[in-house]
Amino acid sequence: MEAVIKEIIVGYESEKTPLISILHRVQDKLGYLSEEVLKLVAKYLDLPLSKVYGVASFYTLLDTEEKGENIVRVCESAPCHVKGSMNVLTELKSELGIDIGETTKDNKFSLELTSCLGVCGVAPAIMVNDQVYGNLTAKKLEEILEKY
Amino acid sequence: MKVKINGEELEATAGQTVLEVAKKAGIEIPTLCYLKDKNEIGVCRICMVKVEGGGGGYEPAFVLQVSDGLEIETNTPEVRELRRLNLELILANHPQDCLSCERSLNCELQGLSKELGVDGSRFAGKRIEHQLDESTPSLIRDPNKCVKCRRCVSVCNDSQGVKVLFPNNRGFETLIAPFFNKDLDEVACSLCGQCLHACPVAAIKENDAIDNVWEALNDDNQHVVVQIAPAVRVSIGEEFGVEPGTPMTNKLVTACRKLGFDKVFDTDFTADLTIMEEGHELLSRLKEGGPFPLLTSCSPGWIKYVEHFHNDFLPNLSSCKSPQQMFGALAKSYYADIENLSREEITVVSVMPCTAKKFEATREEMMKDGSQDVDLVLTTRELARMLKMTGVDFLNLSGSDFDDPLGISTGAADIFGVTGGVMEAALRTVYEKLTGEELSGLRLTEAKGLTGVREAKIELSNQTIKVAVVSGLGNASKVLEAVKRGEKEYHFIEAMACPGGCVGGGGQPIPTNEEIVMKRGQGLYNINNSKSLRKSHENPVIQELYEEYLEGVGNKKAHQLLHTTYQKRAK
Ligand code: SF4
Ligand code: SF4
Ligand code: SF4
Ligand code: FES
Ligand code: FES
Repeated sequence: MEAVIKEIIVGYESEKTPLISILHRVQDKLGYLSEEVLKLVAKYLDLPLSKVYGVASFYTLLDTEEKGENIVRVCESAPCHVKGSMNVLTELKSELGIDIGETTKDNKFSLELTSCLGVCGVAPAIMVNDQVYGNLTAKKLEEILEKY
Repeated sequence: MKVKINGEELEATAGQTVLEVAKKAGIEIPTLCYLKDKNEIGVCRICMVKVEGGGGGYEPAFVLQVSDGLEIETNTPEVRELRRLNLELILANHPQDCLSCERSLNCELQGLSKELGVDGSRFAGKRIEHQLDESTPSLIRDPNKCVKCRRCVSVCNDSQGVKVLFPNNRGFETLIAPFFNKDLDEVACSLCGQCLHACPVAAIKENDAIDNVWEALNDDNQHVVVQIAPAVRVSIGEEFGVEPGTPMTNKLVTACRKLGFDKVFDTDFTADLTIMEEGHELLSRLKEGGPFPLLTSCSPGWIKYVEHFHNDFLPNLSSCKSPQQMFGALAKSYYADIENLSREEITVVSVMPCTAKKFEATREEMMKDGSQDVDLVLTTRELARMLKMTGVDFLNLSGSDFDDPLGISTGAADIFGVTGGVMEAALRTVYEKLTGEELSGLRLTEAKGLTGVREAKIELSNQTIKVAVVSGLGNASKVLEAVKRGEKEYHFIEAMACPGGCVGGGGQPIPTNEEIVMKRGQGLYNINNSKSLRKSHENPVIQELYEEYLEGVGNKKAHQLLHTTYQKRAK
């Protein structure tokens, strides 16, 4: 773990404020940003841990807790909201049997909120891992979940 | 350049903000998140003013810089409505239980509501119920009351350099807390309480010991003694409307008797004793050649900070207990013997300007046979609250003197409560020991390249010693780093966790700010000047204590009772 983090950080040495990019890379490699991981990042970047955690917990695409194999993120920004993202959310909650921030028992899905995914044209939208789905309906949701 | 505020033409210079120019002209603009030179991010939108003409619009007054011909309105109905709206949005997420809140009457949110004429919030916001952080004996964090102004964040990060508080999560879920929303006892917090002074509301407050003190006072089987720290006597008056820095010593003694304490003693006494022991330590390090710099150990916030962040300096810390703990140790040995009481029959209460002292009293190093030397610690604020509860008419009390024997002190002890005071007190004694002459004042000058650090050179019989004085943990860290890098060399450094020393401590009356801290410090120097004895070694009771009980300065018995050890803690 330490070696992975060190290697990633070295790659960003020329950047002035590399924290966010580094956290993304580290998460890609190590799955999620645990306390242990963030402590190492703080140490090698010589930043206070409070700041590193503050940044990690600010961005919805960064996870500070262990997550299921697939992460379902529901867009909560205004355009999607207007087009019914809250119905999508209710649907997903009952489909998966979990609340926001939780993970299903079989560890298959975690449910999260996110801000605008940049595809407002096809609102309401969700993202599963790095795949975006738009124009959602209850039926479509079911089909999407089945793929995973 | 010329600017117009509310139609009044005013002179301004480039770089000034509208807030500054207005203030100078006697025009008040309300603020909440703004803390001069510390927190300048503008999250609360309370200080909005209207820019006339041109692009126009509303801007926060402390951000907006003046430009020639700028026209500002600070007081139109629209501006007032906008501020009120912003405040009501904050109030929508606030518990609003002012009746039972400790900050009632000195809460800035409450003050603003009055000032802006808020009559109830139009919005009922969703609220997240947060657990209180009651993990330390010093502080309680109540995130339910937090208005997310981030003033504590800037103070903990920048002035104190401890960096344990930060905004976590985002938007509605934002929580100002340590990493992973941990409690303060799980992180490297010094418990200095400076975040409490930064906080406009009751989201950070002391862990109150009042009930426990009443219980002890009502227990007929307990002999309850109280010690009062130097910095308390020049600040307690503020709780009753008196100017900061006004000495209230004798009324304070009477007031404590009225509360029912069996004996009212003075932490000044053990401050004198600290000087004797620490002076001796400096002399023997000078003889043995180190380790230098010797670091003072009377500020528990500073000690905890060194244990977390600079533990390679642990051997440099003076092994002397703080005056509070020397008092506790003596009260339960020397004094207990005089009164023919056992350790269990005495309760030692302290009144301190400090939140870290509450923690210090519970340190395992400060225990004997499984019980604490100092049982309960009240802050200046808590003592004032107790007095108000009992209806003691503080300002009209007639004064009285501290009890014997732990109540006699010199001026050297009074200045312990202000930055530079411990150094001056120690040098008065050490200088005289080595040169046979009296030290004529200590002239400190700003250290080159280290703002916030003052230093001096003192010629002793056959050597020159270099000393430094620093307050505020951010500044203290700078000196240690400079020493580590070999850029600075000192024999002796006085460090206090709180800016200005204990007069600015986390347990002092609200508000505590630079100006008030200065006045309190001056008050302590005035007390020093009014005393005939100003050198700790001239304290007659201290001399007696050494002869009759401690078997001489720096002796084994003295060492057992008055010295301590430190521990490494995680960063
Ligand atoms: S008590 Fe001091 S160190 Fe701890 S959080 Fe507050 S300001 Fe920071
Ligand atoms: S705890 Fe107090 S100072 Fe800190 S952000 Fe909340 S309200 Fe502001
Ligand atoms: S400077 Fe004084 S008030 Fe502040 S932590 Fe130290 S002892 Fe306490
Ligand atoms: S608001 Fe949902 S994708 Fe933009
Ligand atoms: S005081 Fe102006 S934005 Fe907070």
